[in-house]
Amino acid sequence: MSSSDLAGPVAPPEGGGASLWRALASGEEARGWLWASAALLGWAVLAAASFGLPDKTVGFVEPLYARQTSVGFILWALALIGVAGVSTVHAGLRRRFLRAAPWLTVLAAFFVFWEIATAKTGTLPTPFFSPPNSLVEVYLEDHARLIDSLSNSMRLLAVGFLWGAVLGFVTGVSIGWSQVLGYWVHPVLRFLGPVPSTALMPLAFFFFPSSFSAAVFLIALATWFPVTVLTWSGVAGVDKAYYDVARTLGASQRFLILKVAIPAALPNVFVGLFMGLSASFSVLVAAEMMGVKSGLGWYLQWAQGWAAYANMYGALIVMALVFSGLITLLFAVRDRALAWQKGVVRW
Amino acid sequence: MVSLAAVETASAGAAVSVRSVSHGFDLESGPLPVLEDVRLDIRPGEFVAFLGPSGCGKSTLLRLVAGLDHPKQGEIRADGLPVAGPDPSRVVVFQDPTLYPWRTVWRNVALGLEARGLLRQESARVDAALRLVGLQDFAQAYPHQLSGGMAQRASLARALVNDPKILILDEPLGKLDSLTRLAMQTELIELWRRSGFTALLVTHDVEEAFFLAQRVIVFSPRPARILREFRNDAPYPRRRGDPALAEQRRAALAELGLDASW
Repeated sequence: MSSSDLAGPVAPPEGGGASLWRALASGEEARGWLWASAALLGWAVLAAASFGLPDKTVGFVEPLYARQTSVGFILWALALIGVAGVSTVHAGLRRRFLRAAPWLTVLAAFFVFWEIATAKTGTLPTPFFSPPNSLVEVYLEDHARLIDSLSNSMRLLAVGFLWGAVLGFVTGVSIGWSQVLGYWVHPVLRFLGPVPSTALMPLAFFFFPSSFSAAVFLIALATWFPVTVLTWSGVAGVDKAYYDVARTLGASQRFLILKVAIPAALPNVFVGLFMGLSASFSVLVAAEMMGVKSGLGWYLQWAQGWAAYANMYGALIVMALVFSGLITLLFAVRDRALAWQKGVVRW
Repeated sequence: MVSLAAVETASAGAAVSVRSVSHGFDLESGPLPVLEDVRLDIRPGEFVAFLGPSGCGKSTLLRLVAGLDHPKQGEIRADGLPVAGPDPSRVVVFQDPTLYPWRTVWRNVALGLEARGLLRQESARVDAALRLVGLQDFAQAYPHQLSGGMAQRASLARALVNDPKILILDEPLGKLDSLTRLAMQTELIELWRRSGFTALLVTHDVEEAFFLAQRVIVFSPRPARILREFRNDAPYPRRRGDPALAEQRRAALAELGLDASW
């Protein structure tokens, strides 16, 4: 048994063992503080290096926002020291801080490497690699365009995903329930479903009156397929005994669908929604790169056209944060809707 | 346990009449006869147990009485009316509790009332049914938090809340551990004596059949025919050690060809 096994969250034993347990627990905490010190040191080094070392000038312009970035790093390092200080007295904060400490350390190391390799020495060549201060520049100088792109993307995604999710759900329930509908819809599903939405892009942009409606169609299609299949398999897989129970208790067809089939299929539906959401992201970005003249995908394409790689990185970070946030939101909804399930995956 | 009497309406059991019922399934390999000319009359409020080898068709007969399937030949009547489909007056308790995992115990028990649109007016019956089976403290628990015995009690409550005239018990205690099973046999008898429904019980357990039922019907292997009926007029509460019960059990085992080890 390794020491980490021993230091796990075991119940404190009675009597003489208690002191041993305390020692183990404090051993774990000591390790946590070791990480925390490393993290604070790392961020202090970053702040000092960023502030103290001279920037390497590439081309003819002085690096913009280098001072502000350094000040940002210093403030962040001071904030962490403050958190560490409060952690010594506040148990709740201490638990969270010590838990985050290893990650904070690794992030500090990454930032030090990044800052040194780009801004300070230029080892990683511009413009393909951007120093931290140019990201600050992007967010401060170009935030209007980024926000505009983001809101356009979100509008398109929302409309497309909601259509796809609702239609997928309805289709899935229908073909899971009705054999006649299944007869007609199933072949279409099998034939069209596996075709990537992106492959239909040229066709869609040709047929639809606007690039927006074409993109809505493509995103909806990409969402529709997994939601339909998973909802369908969920409804088809409902334990027949559930229906027998409800039928002997006087349930109508409507009750069987709404109160038995759908709740029983809901875990599957959420898997479908998760897959649909992931698919819709990639169709969204592709559509914005190909035809829609706005949005984050368009911004990426535009930045690349101007060799504005810092803007690209900036947009990618926004994209990662927002898409991850949307998945988190979906999982939160799922956890609420499926609170009765045990052992659900935490996102 | 508290009586359901406070919320009980007239709940005398219904008569069941099985008239020359034959049934079978059409499999790919050909027709599979399951029931052969079963004739049976059950008095209102009677407790009848069906005993027979595994897979003989006892459960199929119960599904026919419940109205979940229709007999190929013959007819089943409940209180003189032909059974055309499922009806809340004939409730089935299955071997598995089949509680809906997404509903709390309370909402599971409320299922029948909700399905018939009665829940709003008669929600007190749900509480009464839960008290009846001793689960009042678990109303807000989810099924996965219950033990096997508690889950089966909840499924009994879900049946009883509908005030059935016929309670169809398809090996309801079959998957419980033997101690829980003994306790629940006694509870089942209590519920039956108090409520007066007609009880049809399928079981593999010879002792259970004779301990609970007034009449034990022994079926042949598939296709099921009635081999023999045992009347058991011993008064309730019964004693497991009663020599008369033991003698009947031996006779029933002999009928099933299983008395060599007696």
